[in-house]
Amino acid sequence: MTVEAASLKAVAAARPVKRSQRSRVASVGLHAALVVASLIAVFPVFWVLVTSFKPDARAVETTPKLVNESSLDNYTRILAGEKGDFLAWFGNSVVIALMTTVLAVFLSATTGYAASRFRFPGKRSLMLSFLVVQMFPFAVLIVPLYNILLVLGLQGTSFGLVLVYCTTAVPFCTYMLKGYFDTIPTDIDEAGRVDGLTPFGVFWRLVLPLARPGLAVTAFYAFLTAWGEVAFASAFLSAADESKTLAVGLQVFVQQNRTEWGHLAAASILVAIPAIVVFYLVQRFLVTGLSSGAVKG
Amino acid sequence: MRRFLDRHWYAYAMVLPVVVVIAVLVLFPLAQGVFFTFTNINEGNIANPILDRPATYVSVGLDNYLNILSGDSSYGAFWGTLVRTLIWTFGCVFLHYTIGLGLALLLNREVRGRAVYRVLLILPWAVPAFISAFAWKYMFNAQYGIINQALRAVGLPDPVWLGQSDWALVAVMIVNTWLGVPFMMVALLGGLQSIPGDLYEAAEVDGASPWQRFRHVTLPGLQAVSSTVVLLGIIWTFNMFAIIYLVTGPNPNTRILVTYAFERFFSGASRDFAVASTYGVLILSVLLVFAGIYRRALRKQGEVW
Repeated sequence: MTVEAASLKAVAAARPVKRSQRSRVASVGLHAALVVASLIAVFPVFWVLVTSFKPDARAVETTPKLVNESSLDNYTRILAGEKGDFLAWFGNSVVIALMTTVLAVFLSATTGYAASRFRFPGKRSLMLSFLVVQMFPFAVLIVPLYNILLVLGLQGTSFGLVLVYCTTAVPFCTYMLKGYFDTIPTDIDEAGRVDGLTPFGVFWRLVLPLARPGLAVTAFYAFLTAWGEVAFASAFLSAADESKTLAVGLQVFVQQNRTEWGHLAAASILVAIPAIVVFYLVQRFLVTGLSSGAVKG
Repeated sequence: MRRFLDRHWYAYAMVLPVVVVIAVLVLFPLAQGVFFTFTNINEGNIANPILDRPATYVSVGLDNYLNILSGDSSYGAFWGTLVRTLIWTFGCVFLHYTIGLGLALLLNREVRGRAVYRVLLILPWAVPAFISAFAWKYMFNAQYGIINQALRAVGLPDPVWLGQSDWALVAVMIVNTWLGVPFMMVALLGGLQSIPGDLYEAAEVDGASPWQRFRHVTLPGLQAVSSTVVLLGIIWTFNMFAIIYLVTGPNPNTRILVTYAFERFFSGASRDFAVASTYGVLILSVLLVFAGIYRRALRKQGEVW
């Protein structure tokens, strides 16, 4: 952090103004700006929620109303499986997203810890290669990846997809967790070693519990990566309805010339709920977790 | 060798799983992808283990690169698409950063209901991207979309947002901005909170105006965060595929390098893996060059990264 002392001194001579209590106008302005921004942030979600109760025909009226023949019909139809095996898709998505979360958090925690605490040959190139991995458009790896998963016998399995998601989630998560581990004093590690713990023991029993905010953000990021991914899921899972994830399954509502907006909206709300629950659980950790991580990268 | 292992084996054991996964699932496919760029591989001549058909593609040397770099429109009009990709990337990241910073500054003050505002403002990040894409596609619809309803109501022109015009690019940039601001905001908020309060007090005692405090305390204090998130933002936006593809489909007015590669890959009579891979390699090259320049620029400012 470099405060330009010289320029500050120049400023000091200029005019001695003392900051007073925020004026009423400033306060109103501050709240107004935050309210407007919050409305913009929330409105699309709110609008989908409103639409999800309307019949398809009412969702495309040229003068939209907030409530128009609204009912729970869309939800009951979807959950009853009239529009495809929604519950199966949901189950697949949950399994894949949870496996990705657990595996990505575990992998990036160990890697991040090693990068934070040990100096070993190859560390720098490892971290650089993580940055490069973010640069390659994954969409273009689909054919080679398909071949490899075929060779490994993982093609068409959820685990294959989980591994692919980990390759996108782990590099970023590792950067974040490395930054977070850097903020945990190394004295703790040394104290643990003195008490006879192995490096793994120190990591597992002392450092991980302290890194909860960082882990929460990592989990959030990994979960969302897997929960919302479309391209790989559509390329790698079999076409059978019961093996699809939500992101793939929902395409049935978007047909060539006609979109069933009411049904799509209801399905979207059902898909968004788990993500928002996860978000709500981790949101108080987000700022601390991400700041020390992405920040010091 | 023995001593080397004794010293480092903990570190290597912790790193190994990631290295194996990345090597098998990224580096190896990448190498194969690079190899594909020198062939004419497509759906018709690739080895097909299910039909038990051997590969029949042949080497074409540098033809793919020459075809693409000539800017021929049957190969995606590379240069025009590159310019559009740059407009898209820098436009989006500029908006992400400035709006994100503005909101972070507001949220960093003591304001009643701060926690509620924060939760609401982060919400777009929590919604899966394909859901956001559907929601905006619905709102942007020219006939029944709420956005045009509102524009009409106040007497403004209501363009066909997602049609064959530059409005489509504006539309996807709006969607992507909405989607990307929360990440920037949260990261910058964390950065703001890590700036010691004494610095502001000192500046205030010295009589610095709010703008001077922002210019000489806040911005330097945020430099480390900013340089990382801006680089990541640029990389991610450059390669942002889902939003454009789900909101506008294969629309030439919103075509960026990545979506064209994917189009080439998935649509068309024969899936052209060779040209798609060549696009992939070109994208990687552009980003590598950019990251190199970026890093050098940071180093000049004394930032070690």
